Amino acid sequence: MDKAIKTKELTKKFGNFTATDAITFEVEKGEIFGFLGANGAGKTTAMRMLCGLSSPTSGEAQIAGYDIYKETEKIKKHIGYMSQKFSLYEDLTVMENIRFFGGIYGLSNSTIKEKGEELADSLGIGEERHSLVASLPLGWKQKLAFSVAVFHEPQIVFLDEPTGGVDPVVRRQFWDLIYKAAARGITVFVTTHYMDEAEYCNRISIMVDGKIAALGSPAELRNSYQAKDMDEVFYRLARGAKRTE
Amino acid sequence: MKCFTGWQGEPKEPSDMKRLWSFVIKEFRHVLRDRKTLLILFGMPVVQILIFGFALSNEVKDTQIIILDQAKDESSRQLTEKIASSRYFTLQESLNTYQQVESKFKEGKVKLALIIPQGFDHNLKHGNVSQLQILLDASDPNNANVLNSYLQAIVQDFNSSIQPELQLPFQIQTEVKMMYNPQMQGVHNFVPGVMALVLMLVCVMMTSVAIVREKETGTMEILLVSPFHPLMVILSKAIPFLLISILNVTSILLLSVFVLDLPVNGSLGLLYLESILFIITCLSLGIFISIQTSSQQIAMLISLMGLMLPTILFSGFMFPIENMPLPLQIISNIIPAKWFYIIVKSIMIKGLGFDMIWKETLVLLGITLFLIFISLKRFKIRLA
Repeated sequence: MDKAIKTKELTKKFGNFTATDAITFEVEKGEIFGFLGANGAGKTTAMRMLCGLSSPTSGEAQIAGYDIYKETEKIKKHIGYMSQKFSLYEDLTVMENIRFFGGIYGLSNSTIKEKGEELADSLGIGEERHSLVASLPLGWKQKLAFSVAVFHEPQIVFLDEPTGGVDPVVRRQFWDLIYKAAARGITVFVTTHYMDEAEYCNRISIMVDGKIAALGSPAELRNSYQAKDMDEVFYRLARGAKRTE
Repeated sequence: MKCFTGWQGEPKEPSDMKRLWSFVIKEFRHVLRDRKTLLILFGMPVVQILIFGFALSNEVKDTQIIILDQAKDESSRQLTEKIASSRYFTLQESLNTYQQVESKFKEGKVKLALIIPQGFDHNLKHGNVSQLQILLDASDPNNANVLNSYLQAIVQDFNSSIQPELQLPFQIQTEVKMMYNPQMQGVHNFVPGVMALVLMLVCVMMTSVAIVREKETGTMEILLVSPFHPLMVILSKAIPFLLISILNVTSILLLSVFVLDLPVNGSLGLLYLESILFIITCLSLGIFISIQTSSQQIAMLISLMGLMLPTILFSGFMFPIENMPLPLQIISNIIPAKWFYIIVKSIMIKGLGFDMIWKETLVLLGITLFLIFISLKRFKIRLA
């Protein structure tokens, strides 16, 4: 297996509405792949299909080398996921959350304990490890949620607008975590609204009206659209969109 | 250390039991952390048993009675004493006129009055027939009936005590035996009912809310993306409530034996097995509700309004089902609590064995399997 993600004309229809329209792309191992698009462009639907939360109407896809239709159980073992909504248990402590998610991915108790302590220290929340997650500031929660999503060392981690609502400093710290994960060989598939974040990705795709309108590295895209930054590239593409929310 | 990092090779298969265990521990943490809910979970059965046991009772005990004695003779005094000394009635102040009695009734201060007319003693001894008038507040007809029969019984008793020589040439004697509940205690009825009610509340409402909460907060998505099987998610949600409910059954039984003096006449083991079956019925109902709804409020509303009310109405422990119109009698058959109520009553009070309740058990089992079956059919492994 050579690619982390491989799709071919992947399509999802809801009745007459085609949310994701025959998208074809590949993501390399260890790559940070940005998945951009205006609201309603079909990003979340595409991502949900790739995670196995939603079944495609047609098309093909392989995640970590496994078929999206037949080998969902295998795929689940090799991916991590962080959703738009904050996704840890607020009424459990930091360590209890780590223990739980480690546990359902089948990690051994000693691994969980060792890695959990390490993680809490590296996030700088060692002191708070026995506090309820509800009491942590949002930025810490987001970082913790990401760390939990990659705690079982998945091959690919899917992040659905992970930095929504946090300040630029925390966003920068969050991206440091993403880089560290990528350096360990974890492929990162991330959707975002922030164009400055798009610049941090190795490659990005921009979805318009359910189709992939552009795909390439940030520099390539800037060049081909003669734009000074990603913002401009995005507006040029999104202006043509017929769908509005 | 196990290695999960590599692209090469499958990670070693962790045992499903261990994953389930982590999940169940987490569920227990949720329950134990929420002190208020915990208090309700364990306090409710105790409070309900005590309320039903001591506050609500349809037994006649120390009912206020007015006796308007217009005769004021030997017999009337004897009768008055007899009534006053019974534990069913307490004599209120004595009144002199019929109007006073009537105004007491209007004020609602009394529900029962006995009027002894002038010449009571004389008529009784010389005319052989003497009359008494009983006044009852029949705005509560059941209660009026009960009071009437208690008072009649005392008068009857009085009648035969003053004329012991009175013997009819022919006589039918009835011998009454109150089976299973010789003292006619009201408690016997409600303990099984409260058990059904409490288990229904805990299992249905708590399970449905616990599952729907994960949907609402978004953690359900994370769980569905994980290799943990969705059905296991639901199973692990149900386990803590199963254990809590078994504890509740125990606390209800302890209270009924040691506080209400109501022993378990039948097999304790059988009672627990049947309780576990009913708990599973309720859990599957809770799971079914949680699959159909997406907000905690709706889940709670359905559990409370849609289930509690029919349970109280149709389980037979408050209102006798035989007296209901036929359509309602038919509806009552789909209420699981009705069957459980019959089962518990049979085991606890009548002391019957499994051979007498296998039909009810079968019905309960059928309802459970049906609920599990449709839940599984409706359950979508993928969210969309």
